[in-house]
Amino acid sequence: MWEMIGGELDHAVHELAQHFAHLLPRLLAMLIIALLGWVVAYALKVTLRGILRIAKFDRLSDNAGTTQILNKLALPSSSELLTRVVFWVVWLGFILLGVQVLGIVGLQEYISRFFLYLPRLFAALFIVFFGLVAASFFSRAALLAAVNADSPSPGLLATLIRTIIVLFAVTMAFEQLGLAERTILVAFAIAFGALMLGLALAFGIGGRDLAKQFLERRFLKEKEEQKQDELSPL
Amino acid sequence: MGEVDLLVGVPTHNNAKTVGETVQGIRAGLLKYFPRERAVILNVDGGSKDGTRDVVAAASINDVQRSSDLYALRTLPCISTVYGDTPATEVALRTVFAAAELLRARACAIVSPESTNITMDWMERLLRPVYRDNFDLVTPVYRRHKFDGLLLRNFIYPMTRALYAKRLREPYAVEFAFSGRFCSHLQEMQVWDHDGGGVGTEIRMTIAAIAGGFRLYQTFLGTKPHLDRGTADLVAAMRQTVGTLFWSAEPNFPYWSANRETEGIPTCGAEYDLTTEPIRVNRKRLYQLFGSGVGELEPVLKSILSPQTLEEVQGIAKMSEEEFRYPHELWVKTAYEFASSYYKSVINRDHIIQALAPLYRGKVYTFLLENRDASGEQVEANVEELCLTFERLKPYLLDLWNARE
Repeated sequence: MWEMIGGELDHAVHELAQHFAHLLPRLLAMLIIALLGWVVAYALKVTLRGILRIAKFDRLSDNAGTTQILNKLALPSSSELLTRVVFWVVWLGFILLGVQVLGIVGLQEYISRFFLYLPRLFAALFIVFFGLVAASFFSRAALLAAVNADSPSPGLLATLIRTIIVLFAVTMAFEQLGLAERTILVAFAIAFGALMLGLALAFGIGGRDLAKQFLERRFLKEKEEQKQDELSPL
Repeated sequence: MGEVDLLVGVPTHNNAKTVGETVQGIRAGLLKYFPRERAVILNVDGGSKDGTRDVVAAASINDVQRSSDLYALRTLPCISTVYGDTPATEVALRTVFAAAELLRARACAIVSPESTNITMDWMERLLRPVYRDNFDLVTPVYRRHKFDGLLLRNFIYPMTRALYAKRLREPYAVEFAFSGRFCSHLQEMQVWDHDGGGVGTEIRMTIAAIAGGFRLYQTFLGTKPHLDRGTADLVAAMRQTVGTLFWSAEPNFPYWSANRETEGIPTCGAEYDLTTEPIRVNRKRLYQLFGSGVGELEPVLKSILSPQTLEEVQGIAKMSEEEFRYPHELWVKTAYEFASSYYKSVINRDHIIQALAPLYRGKVYTFLLENRDASGEQVEANVEELCLTFERLKPYLLDLWNARE
């Protein structure tokens, strides 16, 4: 009986050693891939950082208002954040490639899904960033035009335009990520519809007299008087 | 047609009411002062719908001869051409310049179709310095009301003078004359390649003449006509003038960054002529627009102005109507910080120009208050003081320009 136990133990140890002998080169390959991945990811990070500095990405980000949001969340600058995201995504990609080499059953499907998801993630980030840039540009343009035209509440108008564009961009980004697509779409439609309806009601019913006065003042008497009193700048 | 000695361009767009009178004025001037020279009048039209070209064609030389007792020794052709369906000053001027080069004109003049106060002297005053005295660019000096052309007197003239060291009164001239040599230079140096949407050609041309070392001359042309005073759009005017001045500072940096003594320009007639009759001006509105502009545009101004300048601007915005003053030094610092921000494109460049409009209104309000009862000489002294402040603070602009972002 002792011989049987000893034999089984020998066999188990032998199998373990065999498995280990099979796994060891793969583990080594994984480590090499991960190390190579780190080097590639780091090189990409440095290159991207240089490109973003030349392209004055941080200024673009300042203009878009992204920097303010990041500061509030105690996050680093936009270019630093982007380079870090790229670094981790690339390195994680290499690590997962290395894990695939280990040949663990069931993990490969998840790894494939991860790689398939990456373009959507980048597309969503792209949409959000340029959505913020567009929101900043158009809200500022509206603010300046309203101030120079002496329109009432220029700040409110600019905020409204910014909010609508940001909402639109975030909805598109969520749709791109495939996260609660319907919920987000319905929520956006409701919010946007409610906003427009609210404005229409407020202006059409609640402020009918005010609107009438405003329009008369704006386009009839005052405009004429102001025209008479303006000086030629040139 | 061969070659001509003189060419007078009249760019038009829906000017049927006034262009006839202007063309006859040009004809009379050419007949009187240049009877032996080969001359041509060229009307370049931007798709008028009111029969402007017909009026130009109908303006007969016989009428001039009858009314002024002047007789032509040569034919004086008047050609009308269309350069497009929409008005564009740049294209109109380019068309005149191309014609001038093609006809090898020695002296050319541009006359606004709205200049109904044109006299025969104009042709002599504009063309003679170029044709006989070898000057390259002749710009006008106008008789103005003391509150007319305030953007020119509070910004364009002082800043151009500080940067380019020339006391040129009207850097943005709608009437001017130029030599064939200068015309060729403009064609060669591609002064037209500008990202400002083809506006401000006149000021770009003036700066090109200064930076190119061409001989400048000023000539007094009398009262500047403003047919429709109320339609003056401040932001559009700022784009044409301030925007172009800022834009031109970048390619001409080697010229204006050099230390130069400010020089006068030979002038025929008065260097300035200001009238002081009372006119109705809505000062209160200027004050309100400045205050609301500074308040509403704080996030925009933050990205353009230095914290100290912004604080000072916000400080004066809190003053009462009577106490309010936008001091020269603060105004000059504001102007230079805007110029530097424009150069560095801290935000969209057109937004920078638009953001300056409310601040300019504050300066105009101050100007109106300070010169309410001032004589022409006192107004001129005030403008001179502003010019000297612009010149004194020029190193501040250079520091801003050279500072790392």
